[in-house]
Amino acid sequence: MATTGTKKKPVGKMLVMGLISLALYALLLIKQDEVNLMFGKGGWYAFLPIITAFVFSFVHGSFTGDFWTVLGVEAARKKKEVK
Amino acid sequence: MHDIATSFINLDAITIAYLFGVGFVGGLVSGFIGSGGAFVLTPGMMSLGVPGLMAVASNMCHKFPKALVGSMKRFKYGQVDVKLGIVLGVSAEAGVLYGAGIQQKIKAAFGDAGSNLYVSVAFVVILATVGGFVLYDAWKTYKSGNTNTEEKAGKLARWIQSVNIPGTMVYFKSINARVSILFTIPLGFATGMMAATIAVGGFVGVPAMIYVLGAPSLMASATELVIAFVMGLGGSFKYALSGMVDIRLAMIILAGSLFGIQLGAIGTTYVKTFMIKVVMGVIMVIVLFSRGLMVPVYLSQLQLIDTLGEGTVNLLKTSSFAIMIFALLLGAFIVLRAMWQGRRAERLQHAAGALEHGEV
Repeated sequence: MATTGTKKKPVGKMLVMGLISLALYALLLIKQDEVNLMFGKGGWYAFLPIITAFVFSFVHGSFTGDFWTVLGVEAARKKKEVK
Repeated sequence: MHDIATSFINLDAITIAYLFGVGFVGGLVSGFIGSGGAFVLTPGMMSLGVPGLMAVASNMCHKFPKALVGSMKRFKYGQVDVKLGIVLGVSAEAGVLYGAGIQQKIKAAFGDAGSNLYVSVAFVVILATVGGFVLYDAWKTYKSGNTNTEEKAGKLARWIQSVNIPGTMVYFKSINARVSILFTIPLGFATGMMAATIAVGGFVGVPAMIYVLGAPSLMASATELVIAFVMGLGGSFKYALSGMVDIRLAMIILAGSLFGIQLGAIGTTYVKTFMIKVVMGVIMVIVLFSRGLMVPVYLSQLQLIDTLGEGTVNLLKTSSFAIMIFALLLGAFIVLRAMWQGRRAERLQHAAGALEHGEV
C-alpha cells in the first residue's frame, strides 16, 4: 500500500546499496574468467561461492527491499482486517 | 572435475536478461508460496547449454540466499516459525542426501533416460495427489464462502497433535501445540527427498505442514523458506566442494529473484490465506501435465514403448517446457492480481474510515 507520506522513504540507503550492488555485479562479470577458475577448483574453495552468495544477498536484498518501499509498495498496515 | 572449466557457458545480454526475468518470476512465486521457480530454472539453464549437475548446483546456490531474504522479510510480518523450519530443514538435509543417492543409483543402472523417467513419474504422482488435494481444498474453501475465517487444523493434524510420545514432544508456535518430532522427521525427510528429485521440496513440505501438522497456510509457506535456506545452504556447499557452482548464473538469477521475493512476501499481507493454496495447487497441477508429456519420451528412450520420431520428441519437449513457463507465469499473475485487489480493498477501507471520522 502506498505510504501516506508521514514515513520517510529510504531513498539514500537504497541508492547507496544499489550502487554497491551494481559494483559487485560489474566486478563479477568483468572478472568472470578468474572467478570461474577459482570457484571451480572445489575443496576449500567451496567457501567462496557460499560467502559470495551471503554478501550479494545482504547488499542486493537490502537494495531490493528499499526499492519497493520507495515505490510505495509496502505490507498491509492492518493485516487482520484484510486477511 | 577436469572438464569443469569448459562447462562455464558464455554470458551475453540476452542470456542475462532471460535468467534475471525467470529469477524475478520464480522469486515472486517463492515469496508467496515458499517455493517454486526451480522447476523452470534448472531445465531453463540446461537449455542454455549448462550441464545438468551444474544447473542443479547453481540453482541451489541462488535458492538459499533468496530463501534467507524471503524468510527474514516474512519473519517481520510474524509469519515464520523458525523452530519448525530448522527442525524440518535438518531432516530435509538428510532427505536430500538420500534422494541424491537414489538418483545416482538409478542413473548408474538405467542411464539418463531411466533417471529422467524416475523424476517425471515422481513429479506426476506427487503433483497429481498432493496438488490435486491442495487445489480441491482451496476450491472447497472458496465455494463455502469461508475465505475470511481462520483456518482450522484438519482431522489428521488434530490426531497428530493429540499423540503424546514422552521425550519427543516439541512446542511449535505455528501449530500452537506440542508435536512429536517422530512425526516431523519423516516429513522433513520427504521434503528433502523431493527437493533432490523434483527440485521443489516445497510441493511436499508446505502441504505437509498444513494438512499433517495443522499449521496455517501463511505460516507454512513462510516457514518453508527457512527449510529451503537450510537445505540450499548444505546442498550448495556439497556441490561447491566439487566446483560445480557457476556463481555467475546463481547471482544473476538472484538479482531478479530478490526483487520478486520481496514483492511476493509483501503480497502475502494483502491476500486471503486460501490464495496460497490456490497458487500452489494451480502451479502443481499444470506442471503435472508438463512432466506427463515427457513420460512417453523417456519410455521410448528406454525402449519400453515404440520409438518416437524426432519431430514428435521435439514437439513434446517444447510443449513440456512451454507449459512449465506458463505455470510459473500464471502463478505470478494470480499473486499480482490478488495483491492488487487486496491493496485496493485496503485503500477503500482507509478512505471509508477517514470519511467516518470526518477527516475528509
